Amino acid sequence: MAHAYTPGLRVSEKTVIRKERRLPLKGEVVVAKGDRVTSDTVVARTHLPGNVQLVNVASKLGLPPEDLPSVMQKKDGDPIEKGEPLAITQGFFGFFKSKVLSPCEGSVESISTVTGQVILREPPTPIEIDAYMDGEVVEILPEEGVVVQTIGTFIQGIFGVGGEKTGEIAVVVDGPGQPLDASLITEAHKGKIIIGGSHVTWDGFQKATDVGAAGIVVGGFDDPDLKRLLGKDLGVAITGHEDLVTALILTEGFGEMAMAHGTFDLLKAREGKKASINGATQIRAGVIRPEIVVSLEGDSAGLQDAEGSITGLEIGSLIRAIREPHFGSLGRVTELPNELRKMESESMVRVLMVEFEDGEQALLPRANVEMIEA
Amino acid sequence: MSENGKVKAIVATDCGSTTTKAILIKLVDGEYRLIVRGEAPTTVEAPFEDVTRGVLNAIREVEELSGHEILDGEDIIHPNDGMRGVDLYLSTSSAGGGLQMMVAGVVKSMTAESAERAALGAGSIVMDVLASNDGRLPHEQIERIRHLRPDMILLSGGIDGGTITHVVELGQIISAADPKARLGAEYHLPVIYAGNKDAKGEVAKLLESKTSLYQVDNLRPVLERENLGPARDKIHDLFMEHVMAQAPGYSKLMGWTDAPIMPTPGAVGSMIEAIAERQGIEVLGVDIGGATTDVFSVFKKTFNRTVSANLGMSYSVSNVLAEAGIENVMRWVPFKLPELSVRNRIKNKMIRPTTVPQSLDDLKLEQAIAREALRLAFKQHKDFAVSLKGVQQERTISEAFSQSASGETLVNMMDLDLLVGSGGVLSHAPRRQQAAMMLIDGFLPEGITRLAVDSIFMMPQLGVLAEVHQQSATEVFDKDCLIHLGTLVAPVGVGQEGKPCIKFETTLPDGTAVAEDLPFGEMKVYPLGVGETATVKVTPARGFDAGAGPGKPFESTLSGGVVGLIVDTRGRPFVLPTDENERVRKLDKWAAAFDAYPAS
Repeated sequence: MAHAYTPGLRVSEKTVIRKERRLPLKGEVVVAKGDRVTSDTVVARTHLPGNVQLVNVASKLGLPPEDLPSVMQKKDGDPIEKGEPLAITQGFFGFFKSKVLSPCEGSVESISTVTGQVILREPPTPIEIDAYMDGEVVEILPEEGVVVQTIGTFIQGIFGVGGEKTGEIAVVVDGPGQPLDASLITEAHKGKIIIGGSHVTWDGFQKATDVGAAGIVVGGFDDPDLKRLLGKDLGVAITGHEDLVTALILTEGFGEMAMAHGTFDLLKAREGKKASINGATQIRAGVIRPEIVVSLEGDSAGLQDAEGSITGLEIGSLIRAIREPHFGSLGRVTELPNELRKMESESMVRVLMVEFEDGEQALLPRANVEMIEA
Repeated sequence: MSENGKVKAIVATDCGSTTTKAILIKLVDGEYRLIVRGEAPTTVEAPFEDVTRGVLNAIREVEELSGHEILDGEDIIHPNDGMRGVDLYLSTSSAGGGLQMMVAGVVKSMTAESAERAALGAGSIVMDVLASNDGRLPHEQIERIRHLRPDMILLSGGIDGGTITHVVELGQIISAADPKARLGAEYHLPVIYAGNKDAKGEVAKLLESKTSLYQVDNLRPVLERENLGPARDKIHDLFMEHVMAQAPGYSKLMGWTDAPIMPTPGAVGSMIEAIAERQGIEVLGVDIGGATTDVFSVFKKTFNRTVSANLGMSYSVSNVLAEAGIENVMRWVPFKLPELSVRNRIKNKMIRPTTVPQSLDDLKLEQAIAREALRLAFKQHKDFAVSLKGVQQERTISEAFSQSASGETLVNMMDLDLLVGSGGVLSHAPRRQQAAMMLIDGFLPEGITRLAVDSIFMMPQLGVLAEVHQQSATEVFDKDCLIHLGTLVAPVGVGQEGKPCIKFETTLPDGTAVAEDLPFGEMKVYPLGVGETATVKVTPARGFDAGAGPGKPFESTLSGGVVGLIVDTRGRPFVLPTDENERVRKLDKWAAAFDAYPAS
């Protein structure tokens, strides 16, 4: 069972990053292949079909549905203004006419002689999508969007909330084990992406929101604080649509746990640079993890494989324990026994022997470690 | 096929949302037996994005463990020549979120409910039920359809020959929403119409150009009868053609299998139905997975399935906490743990769903969550598994006095004969006693009930196998799949702690005579092994009913299992002590009666 482990999150110092920027519906692409774009460059736009309103004209006029065509003032596809007559009855010798007025501006989509309903469609809503990150347009998806590519740093988090944001990276802690509290955040962090250490407190998150920080990247966060933030207990990890001033990305998990050294050192090295982040997470079909992208200028020397090399666990692999009792600890694999072993819980599982950074040795289920991949 | 056309070796996989499981079945000494089982993480997601990787890994493990060569590179060797290859390869799947549907019907409690039953019976997750009287305005319904992006829509409404207006209105709403398929933007969303036959033409006019419309027989042709078969079959066909074909790697997998890939819950459901039919009993089954929990029942010969889409042990574990509340989860935990720690642990399981409990405390916490997931899923099932609503009933005088109405739940725990558990947390519990306790606490069976678990979680594969090779599926099911845990005796009634509840008399196979007055509030397990039976005499105290009526004694022959004969005098309805120390003491005492955990 070569792949009985959790592939780790990607932490790449320099790699090729491609992002598909796609409209929800077909529309117009407004950039060309080869164009240089910045994160806020609009790359495509379209119009979402307007809301639909159903008006039962026949019942409002007290007519059988099949009589609808004789009273309709508009036909399929006609534009209509709010308050304009949709249908008028003949009345009695031209008097006592009844009418039905349009409740909205838009167009007539359909008239049914079966149900007596008229369907009106409100005007479309324009929407635009931007490039999200600085880079180059390398592919045009006709009528749908583009693929933007850049060379840069790419870091995946384990969980996040809040959508896409951009800002300058500001490291406010001394090391990956230091918690991020309100005292470390100032007005100067407006629009910035704040890098914390092991944990962000509720007050810290509030302060970041108050000063208008674009995002926080930190090791952990407490679940009761997430509940306060969202106003409900998060049942299923599908996030990204929250309307938050400050997006939050956790690199390790829930609770207080030091950010992995590699991740922290890399973010520290990118301090002052512009980053694009996205807290959207989906841990279900089509896993989406939150991410931090820093576009880098210059040559492509030292480039790492964009997809990461997918290798199995080996003796010497760097791993992180992802469940109690060693949650968060980093170590190297020293043994990969083939046979199943019994845990304290009496579960019979495939295991590995690990030596943690502090020299402690432990036997862990393979399912409870993730590889630290570069 | 092998020589003389007989199937001698079968490999079947189930691609779950977390794990892909493979089993090898071979004909040994004239009977079909399970040889080994292998598993590997499912690979629908990045970086692999090809379900066949996980399938090959799982089959490779089967090869390693059995020594039976199945793969030649990435090809399955057909047919079996004794030492190499298989005669049949089959698969089920719930990966990639399974089959997600939206259903619509005119009246929420009638045609819409029948449509929901058809969709659930076919193995789908029902994302929403649209009805003319669901309380939403048309624009809200339209917005909802657009937002949800289901894999397909089932539209029903009206009895044959009745008015067509309302079902056509629903058609208009779907048409106005111009729905898009969840997977594959290039494809039209499949819509199945199974309503009033007189509206077929109007519905076609509305939906033919915007969707892939399929019309089948009305699923409620008359109020008194459902006809779910045609809609269910069409859902299965479209699941293969539209949904599976879009998921990463499935087209390749479809080319490998010797029969269509079935949605996992559909396959488990057909197994449960088969047990009830073969043995002529009332059966309740549960499959608790990582993302969803399915409950299946056959009561009064009526099959029902519900899926609790967001109750599960990994992806949905946090939702169990959200729905049950932390107090309900913690009431099953026999030690003190700060709320912050519990919450963070559960969230960490949600974001890293493939981890397993290593410590004993972690296992107990996970099994506490499982009890609540089972309880909530079963509650949903009871509310859904009801007799047809809107049906005029002829009543006898006594029925008129008992005020029984149409739409009453069919689930009667006193009538239940067999409770079967499946899914990782039950099938892989380190001790079978733990599975028995979770089933008892989650479902609270009443009277006499046999308990069983799916040994290694292979009902899905056997379900699909039964479609093409009934004999092997039945033989493996009887001999290798079901692990009989034993029989539970649970009197209904409430009493005072320590006061008499029942007198229990029997003679065990080793000759030990048992005659015990069991007080209220206890759990007792007597040894009675697999294949053994014992005649018991149960005499309930006043106010308690163990199956024959309040206070009425009876004799019955009960079968044993790997756990034994279980007597639960904790009462129904069941209430846990509110005092913290007392609660922990009780939980430990009951677990000790089962020898459920190692001494810590």
